[in-house]
Amino acid sequence: MSPFGRGSRRESRDASVAGAVRLSLSRTARRAGLFCLLLILLLLINCSRVQVVRSKGYDDNPANQRATLARYAQPRGDILVGGRAVTGSRATGGTFDYVRTYTAGPLYAPVTGFSSQTYGNTLLEGVEDGVLSGTDSRLAGFALLNAITRDPVPGGKVLTTINAKAQQAAFAGLGGKRGAVAAIEPATGRILALASTPSFDPGSIAGTGSATVAAWSALNARATQPMLNRALRQTYPPGSTFKIVTASAALTDGVVDGIDTPTDSPDPYTPSDTTTPITNESAADACQNATLRYAMQVSCNTVFAKLGDDVGEAGMVRMAQAFGFNQSAQTIPVGVVPSVFDTSMTGQAFLALSSIGQYNTAATPLQMAEVGAAVADNGTLMQPQLVASVTRSDGRQVQGFTPRTFGQPISPTVAAELQQMMVNVVTNGTGTNAAIPGAVVGGKTGTAQNGVNNSGTPYAWFVAYAKPSPTAASPVAVAVVIEDSNATRADVSGGGLAAPVARAVMQAVLNG
Amino acid sequence: MAAVTAPAPGPASPQRVPTRRTTELGLVLLAVLIAAFGYADVGCAIDGRVPADTARYGIGLGVLALLAHAAVRWRARYADPLLLPLAVLLNGLGLVVIYRLDRATATASAPSQLVWSAIGVVLFIGVVLFLRDYRVLQRYAYVFAFCAIVLMVIPAFLPAVYGAKIWIKVGPLSFQPGEVAKIALAVFFAAYLAANRDALALTGRRIWVVELPRGRDLGPILVIWLLSSGVLFLEQDLGTCLIFFGMFVMMLYVATGRTGWIAVGLVLVGLAVAVVGLFEPHVHSRFVDWLHPLASIEAGQGAGQLAQSLFAFAAGGLLGTGLGQGHSYLIGFAVKSDWILATFGEELGLVGLAALLLVYAVLVVRGYRSGIMLQDPFGRLLSIGLASLLALQVFVVAAGVTDLIPLTGMTMPFLAQGGSSLVTNWILVALLIRTSHAARRPALPPVPPPPPAPPIRPARPSQPPEPEQSHQEPQKSQQSQEPHSSSEPRTSPEDDGGEQTQAVPKV
Repeated sequence: MSPFGRGSRRESRDASVAGAVRLSLSRTARRAGLFCLLLILLLLINCSRVQVVRSKGYDDNPANQRATLARYAQPRGDILVGGRAVTGSRATGGTFDYVRTYTAGPLYAPVTGFSSQTYGNTLLEGVEDGVLSGTDSRLAGFALLNAITRDPVPGGKVLTTINAKAQQAAFAGLGGKRGAVAAIEPATGRILALASTPSFDPGSIAGTGSATVAAWSALNARATQPMLNRALRQTYPPGSTFKIVTASAALTDGVVDGIDTPTDSPDPYTPSDTTTPITNESAADACQNATLRYAMQVSCNTVFAKLGDDVGEAGMVRMAQAFGFNQSAQTIPVGVVPSVFDTSMTGQAFLALSSIGQYNTAATPLQMAEVGAAVADNGTLMQPQLVASVTRSDGRQVQGFTPRTFGQPISPTVAAELQQMMVNVVTNGTGTNAAIPGAVVGGKTGTAQNGVNNSGTPYAWFVAYAKPSPTAASPVAVAVVIEDSNATRADVSGGGLAAPVARAVMQAVLNG
Repeated sequence: MAAVTAPAPGPASPQRVPTRRTTELGLVLLAVLIAAFGYADVGCAIDGRVPADTARYGIGLGVLALLAHAAVRWRARYADPLLLPLAVLLNGLGLVVIYRLDRATATASAPSQLVWSAIGVVLFIGVVLFLRDYRVLQRYAYVFAFCAIVLMVIPAFLPAVYGAKIWIKVGPLSFQPGEVAKIALAVFFAAYLAANRDALALTGRRIWVVELPRGRDLGPILVIWLLSSGVLFLEQDLGTCLIFFGMFVMMLYVATGRTGWIAVGLVLVGLAVAVVGLFEPHVHSRFVDWLHPLASIEAGQGAGQLAQSLFAFAAGGLLGTGLGQGHSYLIGFAVKSDWILATFGEELGLVGLAALLLVYAVLVVRGYRSGIMLQDPFGRLLSIGLASLLALQVFVVAAGVTDLIPLTGMTMPFLAQGGSSLVTNWILVALLIRTSHAARRPALPPVPPPPPAPPIRPARPSQPPEPEQSHQEPQKSQQSQEPHSSSEPRTSPEDDGGEQTQAVPKV
């Protein structure tokens, strides 16, 4: 009977009476005790499995609320504009200890994005979340010590490059209209303003509960898309503002000899593979064989369409991409949607249209500000950047700002020629509304046709830069787009609607 | 009874046997200090300051512990010095965690748990003081069996609470009679097996490879076990059912040494569990949970209790989040009773949990040790049964909340919120104190002159227990086991050969 033969020999003498080998009480008791210990050992092994081996999987399970609870257990770090926090944190007394607040929500929403306990994080709140929530490894002093003491690391700060006055000017200039502004410091790529209207208050969706859900659905239901960041995340046909790029290509490739040489261009211009002529908005303008300077001044479609065809698709694509079009993943560090210049066009007509900012050409306001900035910075295009530095909560810097060059789309000579033409636009042409007394302002208007057969309301554009004096470096380049232009005439509307906004932004920067 | 077995002062031994009472006192105070520190720690973690009632709480627990210690010192001075401190430690830690969960759930269960602790300690003291000879219990084996069955049957006629008919609710008090019944059953099993172990072990018929005992030997105990299990089964209290079965098999094995029965028992229970798990909806759902704890998440219904418990354990990791700094309250319902271990796992980590399980392990081992040291089969089986009960319950609960086995809905001994459980476990430890006292008590003073001849019934100058022994139930069985137990490998003065003569006056 007994499987434990060796140890039980002793007893067999007595047990043989009953014909069975019996284990002594103490022996069986010891075995039963060992079994109990085995059970507890099993528990320990299983606990190790759950708590160590498989803990990562459980921690990362989306149904596990702990990560969210930990995230809101301490005040979130702030986003700063000009040294002043535009965000804050408020103790809730609820499940989540702290909730995000915004000091000027609608004004800075296109910069900060939102940090919502219900809907997640976007824009700077999203890409810098590790810093702001304190989980970024760069914030911790000694990782091992922190792991032992489990002191929560306070959220770090994100200092933006935004110029508060420029931002306010942009926001106020757009007013109730649907539109966007992007402004850049040409020499460094610092983004000075990012405005998008209509805007929204990120604070209204920061928390949890029915009020948050209601605010969220209301924002999503609005036809005007207040949560859309039009400066970074929406592309528009750039219209005539794209003529800066076309002029750059023509001058760089030597298709024209100079800005004051008459071009060989008919009015209207009919590309060879179509019968539909490209015309100018105003028949009164003398666009036939006009000089580049004049064509820019009155925004001749015929001249630039013909120039685009003359440069050819390869040259136009090369120039557009040198200015930043067709970048698959541009980050500032917030992601920016790519601006598009078609690389697979079939025929002259499409190339001609693309060269005047129509057909498939589409650009974000930030992209057009980069075009203006490259011209203003004598041909060097800097990477646009939104974050000036990242610090710990006590102000110690963990990441600084270094200007980075994106490329040199045009030579300084070409840039100088373009500057002359753009200044001429503001002094004598369609952009007079952007003029600032005492400063040198160059600009280019645009009114982009929208929709099939121009059925939608056109977009009013203005791309500009300003210098305090002819020899100084330009402190600001700006692009403005306004969606709901009521005007039908091309360049006047860009100059009429968008130019004053650009002027206000540039003035704010110039006045410091 | 009490008069005849008047202990210590009577046979004052010339040889000093250490009682270890001072060790016990030190350990008890340490246990109280640990609990008080934990209580203060919770307050510091949550409010940033020591709770105002820390001193009151510590003194409350301390007074209870000291009273219990005094009772042991007075009436069970040779008892194992670890049993009481470990019980105090577990009870204190339970209070700390219940207080901690009170803070998270905006309830106040810790005060009532303290009251229950007091009741438990009073009963502990009562057992230590008045149950001078645990063998008295043997006499009432069938009374205990009857009480156990009745206790368990009553709730079947009462409305179900939380899906199981295991509660007696009187006003605000709820009482789980199954908890008390487990001790009564342990007493019965021990008494019956002590009396009939030889018949069970040595007689019977061989059927195929299994030797079955005679029906009249196995019958009563099987009937009572089946009856209690059946009742529990009807009441959907499968956890208790499982530990009763485990205890039954383990005691049977210890008493008879027949391994074959364990195999048969395991096969039978395996079949029963499979059938119940497949067809009984309440149990089936627990099986499904066990196999797929995260299924409800994948179904988009959020984390269930088991998933939340696993999240809590995982969040604790190796070192834990620290007392008061976890989120085990997310488990929701029964977080202070069935799931209380998850809070330990989360806030004290694997390290703390291992320490806690080792505390239980030591308690179990000490129970076994007392049993193994005792020569009296009833005392031995009782100690082992009670220790096994503790081990099995710890296993079933901890394995349930960590997804090792299906959940049973039982509570962690001493830790969990719940009066009946706490009180029962204090009685359990009191019984272990009594058996360990008997086990560790020094033998009667060695007889100075060597006995002239091996006397069959040595007459001693003072032999008070002798008459009592004569009318004790298992007298016959003890005689009958004599030839077998004499062959036990121990050769100490308490060897089995001397059992007949020494065991009687020893207690």
